[in-house]
Amino acid sequence: MNILTFDELVDACKKQEKHIYELIQEIEAADADTSVDVIRENVKLHIETMKTAIVTGMKSSEKAISQWCGDDCIKLQKRYSSNKALLGKLFEKIITYSLATIEENLRMGKIVACPTAGSCGIVPSVIIAVAEEQNIDEDTQINALITAGAIGAIISNKVQLAGAVAGCQAECGVAAAMCAGALTQMLGGDISQILNAVALAMKNLLGLTCDPVCGLVEVPCVKRNPILAIHAVTSSELALAGIESKIPLDEVIDAVRQTGQLMSPMLKESSLAGLATTKTALELKEKILG
Amino acid sequence: MKNKGLFDVISPIMIGPSSSHTAGAIRLGLMARCIYNNKIDSVEFTLYNSFAQTGKGHGTDKGLLAGIMGYHVDDIRTKNIYSIADVKYKFNFKEDLSRHPNSVDIKINDEMQISGESIGAGEIRITSINGFSVNLAGQYHTILLMYKDKPGMISMASKIIQDNNINIASLHCDRNEKGGTASMYFALDVNPSEEIVEEIKKIDDVYFVTKIRKLD
Repeated sequence: MNILTFDELVDACKKQEKHIYELIQEIEAADADTSVDVIRENVKLHIETMKTAIVTGMKSSEKAISQWCGDDCIKLQKRYSSNKALLGKLFEKIITYSLATIEENLRMGKIVACPTAGSCGIVPSVIIAVAEEQNIDEDTQINALITAGAIGAIISNKVQLAGAVAGCQAECGVAAAMCAGALTQMLGGDISQILNAVALAMKNLLGLTCDPVCGLVEVPCVKRNPILAIHAVTSSELALAGIESKIPLDEVIDAVRQTGQLMSPMLKESSLAGLATTKTALELKEKILG
Repeated sequence: MKNKGLFDVISPIMIGPSSSHTAGAIRLGLMARCIYNNKIDSVEFTLYNSFAQTGKGHGTDKGLLAGIMGYHVDDIRTKNIYSIADVKYKFNFKEDLSRHPNSVDIKINDEMQISGESIGAGEIRITSINGFSVNLAGQYHTILLMYKDKPGMISMASKIIQDNNINIASLHCDRNEKGGTASMYFALDVNPSEEIVEEIKKIDDVYFVTKIRKLD
């Protein structure tokens, strides 16, 4: 993809009078020497894999290899079998699907890294739950996922999407930003609203550390997925109302990169500080890793 | 460097839980299998540092073995790989801070030792083969050969590739001593045919040739 910044993306979309997904699917097709249909078919395969992960994940309470995560989605569903979710059915579905996906990941099930394995529950839960609740067709879901991918790809030109490089802001943070943009696309937002949704989501996750307990993709990664899926929805709702990020998106991404560079390596996937070295975490480490 | 595209971000379709410790491990195993390119009866893995410390919790051990058996990153059989393994396997766990945090040595049939690293987001690199330093990331189709260090070897091997009208993206050589054993590998824009490999094998004093497919 030859588009390196969001300003370039806006310019190209406006010049060619295209949606983000239209522009990007054409670029991808040209890069891979194939047709737009083939690209969309591949995106569809990824959505189907995401749906399968949700269905499989919702049924299982199998624990992770560590034996201390993996049954939260079942607990959540039990609650909703007798209580209505405070914010309604859509909210219930988003957090359930998100937990189902990330728990499927920790028990070595099949998922789509989006952008990483530890953040795989955020984008699919929102796209799929909203599509179900609002009867949104498959083509529109594909448009949304292409939009998410374009956003992630442009961010990754400046920030490597790895906790070890820029902390969790570059993993779950970027997933939430991609998700906010995808949802805004799916609900008919224009390009300015889409990019504002991305900026609002990203801005409010600056400095998110990656300090996983025992170095495993479990604590706090699992619960961070449903929580940030809702964060993405909030960002999208604000942007669809025409509320703008005062700091333009490209500058927000520069801030993500700078923040990542300034963060101590002890808080970037090394498990040498933060949650990973709390008293309880160290006790668990002793028990699990010996 | 190649700019990132759509499917660098929304991908891979993989079994969890970690792109570096699970998908990366599987790809390291797959690369080692391609490099060895012969029947594997036994394999010994030595995991270092983070691979050794958190590998069990991430299924790194299962991933390495699954890769050696030819399974891809999205194969759900990896989870139960121990019950279907058809090779003898052994794992060692070590700390060596001079090595990358996610490193592994893979010894196949007591014949070949391959070292590699998982460098993040599922990307990997093979760093040495039988003591020769290499840098193979699986991004290109590659022809790798070991041979006696003497004049003309590069030209003979590259001529065969050129005669088949294949463009060479890069070429690397290394040797243990003058006149000793040397290694050379070509990164290619297309997957070379078996005939090319067979032709290179016929060059005098070539000990070993293999082609390594680009990773999906």
